[in-house]
Amino acid sequence: MNWTFFHKLGSPKWFYHLSGKWLPWLGTLAALSMIAGLVWGLLFAPPDYLQGNSYRIIFLHVPTAFLASAVYLMMAGAAVVTLVWKVKLADVALQCMAPIGSSFCLLALITGAIWGKPTWGTWWVWDARLTSMLILLFLYFGVIALRGAIRSATTAAKACAVLTLVGVVNIPIIKFSVEWWNTLHQGATLTLTEKPAMAVQMLWPLLISILGFYLFFGAVLVLRMRIEILNRERRTRWVQKLVADEMGV
Amino acid sequence: MSEGHLRGRQVFFSIIKRDLMLAFRTPGQVVNPVAFYLMVASLFPLGIAPDKALLSQLAGGIVWIGALLAVLLSLDSLFRSDQEDGSLDQLLLSPHPLPLLALAKVAAHWLATGLALILTAPLLALMLHLPTQAFPALMLSLLLGTPLMSLVGGIGAALTVRVQRGGVLLTLLSLPLYVPVLIFGTGAVQSAVDGMEYTGHLLWLGALLMTGLCLAPLAIAASLRVVVDG
Amino acid sequence: MLKLVKLGCERDNRLLFTDLSIELLPGQLLQIEGANGSGKTTLLRVLAGLSSDYLGDICWRGEKLSGVYADFRLSTFYFGHKPAVKHELTPIENMHWRAGLRNEVRSEQQIRKALDQVDLAGFEEVPCGHLSAGQQRRVALADLSVTEARLWILDEPFTAIDVHGVAWLESVLLRHINDDGMVVITSHQRLRDISGQVRKIRLESFSGPVGSDHFADDEGAFL
Repeated sequence: MNWTFFHKLGSPKWFYHLSGKWLPWLGTLAALSMIAGLVWGLLFAPPDYLQGNSYRIIFLHVPTAFLASAVYLMMAGAAVVTLVWKVKLADVALQCMAPIGSSFCLLALITGAIWGKPTWGTWWVWDARLTSMLILLFLYFGVIALRGAIRSATTAAKACAVLTLVGVVNIPIIKFSVEWWNTLHQGATLTLTEKPAMAVQMLWPLLISILGFYLFFGAVLVLRMRIEILNRERRTRWVQKLVADEMGV
Repeated sequence: MSEGHLRGRQVFFSIIKRDLMLAFRTPGQVVNPVAFYLMVASLFPLGIAPDKALLSQLAGGIVWIGALLAVLLSLDSLFRSDQEDGSLDQLLLSPHPLPLLALAKVAAHWLATGLALILTAPLLALMLHLPTQAFPALMLSLLLGTPLMSLVGGIGAALTVRVQRGGVLLTLLSLPLYVPVLIFGTGAVQSAVDGMEYTGHLLWLGALLMTGLCLAPLAIAASLRVVVDG
Repeated sequence: MLKLVKLGCERDNRLLFTDLSIELLPGQLLQIEGANGSGKTTLLRVLAGLSSDYLGDICWRGEKLSGVYADFRLSTFYFGHKPAVKHELTPIENMHWRAGLRNEVRSEQQIRKALDQVDLAGFEEVPCGHLSAGQQRRVALADLSVTEARLWILDEPFTAIDVHGVAWLESVLLRHINDDGMVVITSHQRLRDISGQVRKIRLESFSGPVGSDHFADDEGAFL
């Protein structure tokens, strides 16, 4: 089997050119579905019979929380590719995903706190989910900090990949232990899981909103990766030509 | 091939012996974490209140958090001195499997600091009025938890070995991974205080320790190879 | 035995050397010369297997190094910039753990004899922290007279060693070569007694054509 097309796709130059063509489409799709999901959810979906209008933050909160966990898993995938096949692009992705993932994590915590105030009467509870999300944020911080501390780019790439994998092995253990801890400490806390099944009029905008956030993540990731590629490959002829052309126009 | 056989057990114990000799010839390496442990734990009554009932409720958590911080503090030097004098290169070039050597280093670290912390813990528990029936749970949970913390923290120590002033970074990398250990450790003590069964917590700690024993040396070895190459 | 095929290395976006091909046979010594910063230490770390960040191939006994690391590590002795001598331990204790790591067992008698040869008789029980820098390096070099390794990779072994030590080191190198051993060494020292078997390379002659930018066409996908 001929894999050269795959290798080409993995080269930064090819990715840069190809992604340049995708990006407008990706961006447009992300904007459309986010607008659709959020407008429908925030303006037209019916209010919740228990929580009234305050529940509407789920159209922001749930997608960010989804992505916060999903991005770490994607980072673990990129880490495996970095360590096993040493693909440059995987490390670029790993580096660019960390700040985006941590931002989603932070957003999920903040929107959760804003939602918690009217619902539970307090900004923060040591609920199992909130606590795991907080620790996930710390894991993100660790990866970002390690990257900043190591000077050699190749070493930083592999070290971050190892750390990401160590983190991903620990996530289920952390999650489980936090749930165990919470049930031991307090009997009946409000949990998100005990809501009644969601009405279809709420579910659709939520799903569209989640799709929109995923596309938004994809667009931001591609954008960041393109900038990082230009930075890393600044000595190569194709980047210098690219820059010269841009300046000439 | 003139390979002969590798004397793995011998080198394992010779590394432990070497590191223990090093630790006891620079007494600070053993004494400092213990002193730190005592001081951190005595800050809590000063910071909260000298109230016996309150302290006895918090004692388990304080003793555990103190031990956790003391282990973290001592881990920074796990590979650093070997890196500074070139011994780390020799470890990496040894024909013996690197995970085995890493495990020996971690074992020596635990023998030099973890054990000392465990022996200090009852004194602190006494000063913080931990109820007597919780002492066995405290000791057993520390016995299982401190080696686990040395193993997991060893990964962070390996990743930060060439980072100047890597101590804070090491803390940042290791703390999230310490959450399960802390939860099960303090959980065991709290259950014992409440007069409940605590073997479940200990079994979990034991299971995590076994997992750590299998996986952490591999991660430490991989980290060392990555970090030294560059 | 040890063959370098089109070896190249870059560090910090600087090309250190490229297209370095050479084969080292039993009974030969390869002396690597070059100015400070020309990449001698990097080359030696690559050869020893401490760094996998290079282009080209390194072959050991006709096979790629990555496949025969176990055999390679049993057959090599590496002496780096930092001598790997623990200050808190005595020379004897240091030689014990170092031998253990190389999977060799040395009796106390052998170790004392080796220390005697490097003029450390009488210092066997003194913690190495009390010895001078030159003496500490000699503790590490004393391993040369007891090791069974076939390939020695020595990074500036003559540094901080007195005249007597230099003479001893040269004699050890000569004996190793005559026993069909191999040595790769970086040094500015003229190796008098063994000049017959010495092959020299200057690293600067492998630094690539002047003014060329080797990054220009780098469109590779891999780290």
